[in-house]
Amino acid sequence: MYQAISPYVPVLILILLAVLFGVVTLLIAWLVRPNAPYSEKLSPYECGVEPLQPGKLRMSIRFFVIVLLFLLFDVEAVFMYPWAVMYKPLGWWGFIEMALFVIILFVGYIYAWLKGALEWE
Amino acid sequence: MLETVILTIAKIIIFFAVLMFFVAYGTYAERKVAGGIQDRIGPLHCGPFGLLQPLADGLKLFFKEDITVAKSDKPTYYIAPILAVVPAILVIAVIPVDENIMITDLNIALLYFLAVSSLSVYAIMLGGWAGNSKYPLLGGLRSASQFISYELVLGLSIVCVAMLVGSFSLRDVVLYQKDMWMVFKQPIAFICYMIAAIAELNRAPFDLPEAESELVGGYHTEYSSMKFAMFFLGEYANMVVSSAIATCLFLGGWYAPFSILPFIPGFIWFLIKTFLIFFFMLWIRWTYPRVRFDQLMGMSWKVLMPVVLLNILVTGFIVTFGR
Repeated sequence: MYQAISPYVPVLILILLAVLFGVVTLLIAWLVRPNAPYSEKLSPYECGVEPLQPGKLRMSIRFFVIVLLFLLFDVEAVFMYPWAVMYKPLGWWGFIEMALFVIILFVGYIYAWLKGALEWE
Repeated sequence: MLETVILTIAKIIIFFAVLMFFVAYGTYAERKVAGGIQDRIGPLHCGPFGLLQPLADGLKLFFKEDITVAKSDKPTYYIAPILAVVPAILVIAVIPVDENIMITDLNIALLYFLAVSSLSVYAIMLGGWAGNSKYPLLGGLRSASQFISYELVLGLSIVCVAMLVGSFSLRDVVLYQKDMWMVFKQPIAFICYMIAAIAELNRAPFDLPEAESELVGGYHTEYSSMKFAMFFLGEYANMVVSSAIATCLFLGGWYAPFSILPFIPGFIWFLIKTFLIFFFMLWIRWTYPRVRFDQLMGMSWKVLMPVVLLNILVTGFIVTFGR
């Protein structure tokens, strides 16, 4: 049935529909809702007091370390997807290759752990 | 050609309507289940058994005043709520509800799911950043780091399934489970998937990004009216689609359990299983207390990561040498 069109055409239509849904819903809400702003109402929320500092804070370096670790491990995980699909045709040779890969991954993982990159203090 | 396009559009609209129905009554189910667990009644006054409550909530949110915080970053502030709901809708393209009922059968459906669903972190990150306020910013940062930590576990637990099936098409994955569901072959991958899915959805016990006692409302503190509703719509839509994906991956999709009651059509089974997983998520939320943030990150990096990597090795070993 789907030979006539590429399987990606429905995805494209769905993207259009999803974005349209979001935009139209917000537009309708914009048309019907009341609007009576004043400056106290528009100030950032801070438990009832005047905001003490600008809203953009400095953040903990731990978040950056987590992102770095994620990049490393995710790139390594990406290698596993094509391997997983072709796993049965590859046979025992595929297993040994990936076992070596995972062992190397583990060494890096243990190194990151010993260095304290996974601690959250 | 034209016929096919029209048929596709009709299918998309039906799938979309079903998803929205599930989302609306997901909020109702959440409140009823919460009520039941806490020995309350839950919503009762709108319609019989409070069944019209989701409609009333939706209408109310349409008519609420919208507050755009002064000095917020306007484009980002408006894009974030739309981004929250779009990825969840995009996932329905690849969900096979029955053997021949699906929007499109991509041969890379699982990769598509991973790619699209990970976009929702942008909504939370940008939404938290755009408000020019402290609580949303902290909530957004926490959420982003939580999301990416559990994304790894989620992706690797899907690798275990793909190894057995040898295909990324969700239809092939379900067809593979005709005789035996994946959950019996890959119980560890199933547990890892469920934990990662709940954590990615920012639901209790992993709802640190919006922990009320410390961060007020988390990343959507500064959102009101329909923009706020979009974040909630996105959260529940994500719950529904990740339940549906879990059904396809581990619970045999449209197949009846142990081949009983074969006269019930497959898509009914699919919806029942999806709802059961959805209910399981609600159950967890109202049963367990919130974990600490270091426990949360430790759980992902120190427990689930090695477990799921070992699971891949063991699966590989059994598939290669066990036959």
